[in-house]
Amino acid sequence: MEALLASAIGLLTAVGIYLMLRQRTFPVILGLTFLSYAVNLFLFASGRLAVNAAPIIGLTKPYADPLPQALVLTAIVISFGMTAVIMIMAIGGYLSAGHDRIDLDRGADE
Amino acid sequence: MSLALIVALPFLGAVLPGLAIRAGRTAAAAATGAVTLLAFLLLLSHAPAVLRGEVVQTRIDWLPALGLNATFFLDGLAFLFAGLILGIGLLVILYARFYLAKSDPMGQFYSYLLLFQGAMAGIVLSDNILLLLIFWELTSLSSFLLIGYWKHLPEARQGARMALAVTGGGGLAMIAGMLILGNITGSYDLTVILQNKQAIQASPWYLPALILILLGAFTKSAQFPFHFWLPHAMAAPTPVSAYLHSATMVKAGLFLMARLWPVLAGTPEWFWIVSTAGLVSLVMAAAIAFFKDDLKALLAYSTVSQLGLITMLLGFGTKAAATVAIFHIINHAVFKAALFMTAGIVDHAAHTRDLRRLGGLRNLMPVTFGIALLASLSIAGIPPLNGFYSKEMMLAEAAETVWITPWAMGVLATLGALFSVAYSVRFLAHGFLGPVREDYPHQPHDPGPGLWSAPAFLAVLIVVIGLFPMATAAWLVNVAAGATTGQPVAVGIYLWPGLKSAALWMSLAAVGGGLMSLGAYPRLRARWDAAPRPDAKRLFDGIVEPAAALARSVTEGLHNGSFGRALTLAVLAIAGAALWAFSGAEHLAGTRAGLTATPAPIALWAVMLLAALATPVLHRRRLTALILTGVVGLLIAPLFMLFSAPDLALTQVSVEVVTILLMLLALHFLPKETPAETPLPRRLRDAGVAGIAGLGIGALAYAMMTRAPAFAPISQYHLAQSKPGAGGTNAVNTIIVDFRGYDTFGEIIVLGIAALVIFALSETLLRSPSVVARLASTPRKRESGDRHPMMLVVSTRLLLPMAMMVGVYIYLRGHNLPGGGFVAGLVFAIAYLMQYMASGYAWTHARQRFDHHVLIGWGVLIAALSGVGAWFLGLPFLTSGYAYVTLWPLEEFELTTAAIFDLGVFLSVLGAVLLTLASLSRLALRQGERANTRAYDSEGDR
Repeated sequence: MEALLASAIGLLTAVGIYLMLRQRTFPVILGLTFLSYAVNLFLFASGRLAVNAAPIIGLTKPYADPLPQALVLTAIVISFGMTAVIMIMAIGGYLSAGHDRIDLDRGADE
Repeated sequence: MSLALIVALPFLGAVLPGLAIRAGRTAAAAATGAVTLLAFLLLLSHAPAVLRGEVVQTRIDWLPALGLNATFFLDGLAFLFAGLILGIGLLVILYARFYLAKSDPMGQFYSYLLLFQGAMAGIVLSDNILLLLIFWELTSLSSFLLIGYWKHLPEARQGARMALAVTGGGGLAMIAGMLILGNITGSYDLTVILQNKQAIQASPWYLPALILILLGAFTKSAQFPFHFWLPHAMAAPTPVSAYLHSATMVKAGLFLMARLWPVLAGTPEWFWIVSTAGLVSLVMAAAIAFFKDDLKALLAYSTVSQLGLITMLLGFGTKAAATVAIFHIINHAVFKAALFMTAGIVDHAAHTRDLRRLGGLRNLMPVTFGIALLASLSIAGIPPLNGFYSKEMMLAEAAETVWITPWAMGVLATLGALFSVAYSVRFLAHGFLGPVREDYPHQPHDPGPGLWSAPAFLAVLIVVIGLFPMATAAWLVNVAAGATTGQPVAVGIYLWPGLKSAALWMSLAAVGGGLMSLGAYPRLRARWDAAPRPDAKRLFDGIVEPAAALARSVTEGLHNGSFGRALTLAVLAIAGAALWAFSGAEHLAGTRAGLTATPAPIALWAVMLLAALATPVLHRRRLTALILTGVVGLLIAPLFMLFSAPDLALTQVSVEVVTILLMLLALHFLPKETPAETPLPRRLRDAGVAGIAGLGIGALAYAMMTRAPAFAPISQYHLAQSKPGAGGTNAVNTIIVDFRGYDTFGEIIVLGIAALVIFALSETLLRSPSVVARLASTPRKRESGDRHPMMLVVSTRLLLPMAMMVGVYIYLRGHNLPGGGFVAGLVFAIAYLMQYMASGYAWTHARQRFDHHVLIGWGVLIAALSGVGAWFLGLPFLTSGYAYVTLWPLEEFELTTAAIFDLGVFLSVLGAVLLTLASLSRLALRQGERANTRAYDSEGDR
């Protein structure tokens, strides 16, 4: 199971980075979303995997580590806020400039 | 406490001028003056204790384990300096009110001035040297703002930059020196350091520490060879020059040398470095001052020279010399501030400061002339003015000091005094004496009392100290010099030194020589102009420009405006560093027993893999890519569920829904397709980079999961305390609302700010005519048959109360079972968003009786209040409490303050999400979307 999750995290990272290397705002934001998935899963995995061990006191012992869970819970919410801010910036950029390219005009890549 | 208040007052008051300026310039000046006066009175309230020789202390512990405490102390030396800073500050505030032009932003000026004043007061009152260093750098920063106050003048900007580079750089060196001192003595408190003379001077680190600290002091006090920034800083408005460059900032270096005198002075190293730098500055700068035509440049070099005199005296390392240094600090502050203000008045009246264009002002500006006469004769050391005494005492000390040969110091000090006489008399003669001219750029006349009263007050001090030195100055010199040297001082200041005194003859030689030099000025000037001299500015630029070019090339090499390039470099650099670290050690496979994969997760994994892989392939069709992203995000939720994180699963599902809705809405304004513009090699390269990143992170995740944690997780504590400590059985929720409540509190604030940023940005966009025009011209495609499909409208309206019920339920049970404020807020938000989607934004918004901004505000406020409540019980912020209550007809239930906190979280999340989406929707309204008027609109309403 660990290998499954690790490979998923790796793949999500790769997809995220690839999309972030695109030239337009929308794919870059999608890439950022993928990267957030990967990071959240990675942080979550730092508590190690456990099944049927929800950290609810009184249920079955042992409990899964609740700390990474609390951390990731807030991270998920914050990443929504971050995505939303970038989104409005992308919209603003497109509406003001008339295009949605992310690079500055000077020194275009290669 | 009140010492901290003296330092804090100017900082707190710095907002006042900016506000008071709306009521006029006099109001701004009065507000600034009131703040300074209050601080000054506070300082004076400690005068009796200081005069008794006591040391007033204030201690506020912050991080005692790191030696970081806000500690202040006030002894005679600090009292003298704080008095100068605040006292001269008051005069400068008055002077600046009438000096600055109507077009100058005066509120800004006074704000900067107060910031500077606070930083200076901080330097002289700090006990902790780390705190002192912070204030030290703050003076560099605030003086940068003041010197560059006239931003439109290139020389002001260049002068400000140079001053910042030199004094800021010196400050960095000083940080290192101070840390060494702290290391030797084991304390960062000056009061402790000052007790450890033997330990410091015996340490092998004494010389490095000394050099580093002196670098800071010399740069700040414009001592040779770092003197060159001060003349360039004269581009500042004259009140700034009078304040910073005569009375305060340039004296910070002297203050530091005096402060550390007991532990650093008395060694040959100290004597040679400090007295030599002082002597060179004294003689060289006085000579240059003689040949300067700009009044302020002349005064700037005169300041360098006078500070050199004081530095030299401190360098001698004897109690008597240090006492004279302290006395001269007082005198110099008084007469130099008066002279700068006079120069400003002349500039104001005649519209020039060039001595070649002035002369004859004696009759045109009699008041100004009177002030200038007293102040410049005082510099020249003419009795019975205050400058006479300290110069006389300086010469006496110099005559007794052996430097290379027994007589060299005496001769050179006399030479310095000679040039001082020469330039001060030239200031008078070429500026005020001589015939009245016809060709002033502006007909000069005396200004109103607003401008001359401050320097006139100082001129009165010059005479009073001169006439009654023992009554007016000796007591202050005694306590300040006593605090400096750590020994009792009883200074004797006398007008008549006696015929046997060498100083008398040296003085006479200086005055005679100075007058003769002035007589020979035309010939000396011709020779001076012909002599080759190094140009300090060019040398400085020669160092700074290549450094700046190097920095620029590095920055632009890494980031040339292409995001992809920067990201690629970052990924490769991180991967390279990781590989380097990995290959530097041996590795064994992880031994932690893993879980066996079952069919359900494998299926989940396979679908997620497919969706994720399809995204980059199909990404040019944006809607498809968005749907695929949503699929991946939603599939993460069951993954969390499987691995025992029900709270995460709930949050992931609800956030994912909101995010996808947001992106759908955003896509409405953006192009629906990404053009194919990258060639295949570039795509392959990007895929390679992405692959490296993915492999690295995947391997890292696998390595982590197949090993046990290196340290026992701290969450054992949270699990054990969840029920007894926080009163909840859901450990994740108790961590969020209780154990780490502070983090969550910060987080909802961040979320609220993000929503407000989005609102503000959309507001700005709506105000831009070009954006509105572009919005209006975007063709709106007909996307569906019904504008608001009837089934959707009916079902979402039916759903709204049910969704709310679910939300309340999730909120209530959150403390004990999966759920909580975050999820409940999101569920509520989604219920509302469904209404937006089904019935249209305008229709839904018109039926909401609450404002999203207010919701965020209440959320943060409620969360804060639930934390503040703990204060009343004498507990720290956000300490939670709970009780079991029985309320008929309900069963026994639990009331916790954490639930109130969670309510705040709920409201903030709801408000933030709604505000975000509403901001985007407003853009759509502007695009020409018509609001529906009836509860159900169908085809006919289009």
